[in-house]
Amino acid sequence: MSILDSLLEKCPSSIQDSYRFRGDQTVIVAPTSFVTLVDLLISEGFNFLVDITAVDWLGKTEHPARFEVVYHWLNLDSQERLRVKVRLQENESLPSLAIKFKTADWYEREVYDMFGISFSGHPNLTRLLTWSDFPGHPLRKDFPLDGGDPFCMSDSTSPFTH
Amino acid sequence: MDSIAITKTQLEGDRMIVNMGPSHPVTHGTLRIVLELQGEIITQATPEIGYLHRGVEKLGENLSYQQFIPLTDRLNYTSSMMNNVGYTLAVEKMLGISIPRRAEQIRVLVSELARIADHIICLGINAVDIGAFTAFLYLFRQRETVYDLFEMAAGQRLHTSFTRVGGLFRDLPPEFIPLCEQFLKDAPKAIDELEKLLTKNPIWHDRTKGVGAMSIEEAINWGYSGPCLRACGLAQDLRVKQPYMGYDQYEFDIPVGTSGDVFDRYLVRVEEMRQSLRIIRQVVKTLESGPIIIDDYKIALPPKEKVYTRMESLIHHFKLIMHGMEMPVGEVYSSTEAANGELGFYIVSDGGKNPYRIRVRPPCLPIFSSFATKVRGRLIADAVAELGSMNIIAGELDR
Repeated sequence: MSILDSLLEKCPSSIQDSYRFRGDQTVIVAPTSFVTLVDLLISEGFNFLVDITAVDWLGKTEHPARFEVVYHWLNLDSQERLRVKVRLQENESLPSLAIKFKTADWYEREVYDMFGISFSGHPNLTRLLTWSDFPGHPLRKDFPLDGGDPFCMSDSTSPFTH
Repeated sequence: MDSIAITKTQLEGDRMIVNMGPSHPVTHGTLRIVLELQGEIITQATPEIGYLHRGVEKLGENLSYQQFIPLTDRLNYTSSMMNNVGYTLAVEKMLGISIPRRAEQIRVLVSELARIADHIICLGINAVDIGAFTAFLYLFRQRETVYDLFEMAAGQRLHTSFTRVGGLFRDLPPEFIPLCEQFLKDAPKAIDELEKLLTKNPIWHDRTKGVGAMSIEEAINWGYSGPCLRACGLAQDLRVKQPYMGYDQYEFDIPVGTSGDVFDRYLVRVEEMRQSLRIIRQVVKTLESGPIIIDDYKIALPPKEKVYTRMESLIHHFKLIMHGMEMPVGEVYSSTEAANGELGFYIVSDGGKNPYRIRVRPPCLPIFSSFATKVRGRLIADAVAELGSMNIIAGELDR
């Protein structure tokens, strides 16, 4: 039985949506039941957190929330992969996985840096790739491609407005 | 970033702050590590990355699928072929197409050559950092041949951009295979020479054994992949565990270590070079003739002679350049076994000409994130050995 079916059987209430595309399995969970699902995944053998990233759906009306935080898990025994997505509104935060997975530490810092999504309970949620007073979050869709101000230095302590 | 700034107590205490990088011979690209020392013992290491951040993912959202290929060269620039292959595989997975057999075989061939070149750089430079200079020179002759082969195939030595969605940019020239066969004869000798210099060298043992040792569980928790994970003892290799590009048709072994220290990583990389040579030998022997790119002009450009002579091909060419491919709406994650671990591409498509979101999962980012923990309480010299064997490539780390 695939992990997708087993999740749908064990905790149908916490799963908002699930689908398969080109062999990839995806589940979308509510932010409130995210930690429970992660614990369940660990007990199912999904012990390798491959990646954490996010997608900004600014202005796409078919998407109910602005952000989607995307987690990729791999089960090293069965080599099965699962994508877990959590939908977040702007200014909402998600519990950090840095305690359970040490690899989440830098990935969450990167998501915070690039999208401005915060993770509660993270030991050191600072920017990873840009500097501390960098204006704005580069991978948000409203951040201009050329960075707006070429040196990104004017008004650098306030959030970027374009 | 408050932790990076030197506080008054840090300055006045008996600890010393050493700034390694952003430009330092052992940092392999521009990255900075702030070391707090008590004598020669590291009490705290704070890595600071992002000096080579070029916004590859942001740029990708504004380029078409084909235009992103040159940017993948600049991720792990020591084995750009494998990045090209990894990216195009992700786009092909999104399109749901399979490519001609010859193209697949040539991709395997150049990937394994790139793996050898990457391991040569990693091992050679790791040895130089520790003080063994000769191995670097012996191996770099072979790396030169690999780059000559890449130049023949792609016209470029470093930034190859060899693959295209649906196949390859061009076929191998006739002089490629003879040089490749010569390389297959010379490379094993060079690897043996390297082993003669290092494997039983007591100084090499003193500097590498026990440095950075790690259990499998810990390595998995840190998100290790590639040679660093295999050195811990877990035979996780995507070429075998989740075969792609017909890797299951070639015979090769996955070398594993026992303790995960710098010495084991060295041994794993040396053996992987031999296994890559084994794969290349099989590919050269079984290389089929045939097309090198898919025969679908909605995905791959039609040949130039058709574009100049036929109306329909001209339209295909125009449509493909101006409007791009017809992409399905959806998302895929595709990963390949690159030289230093799992290289993943996560592509989100909204059906447009450009990807809506493109994410590169760099293999060395999770590995490097463990650096501070691993060097705490050890000597600076160990940090140098550890950093070299992690194979940090800043282009990939910072994107």
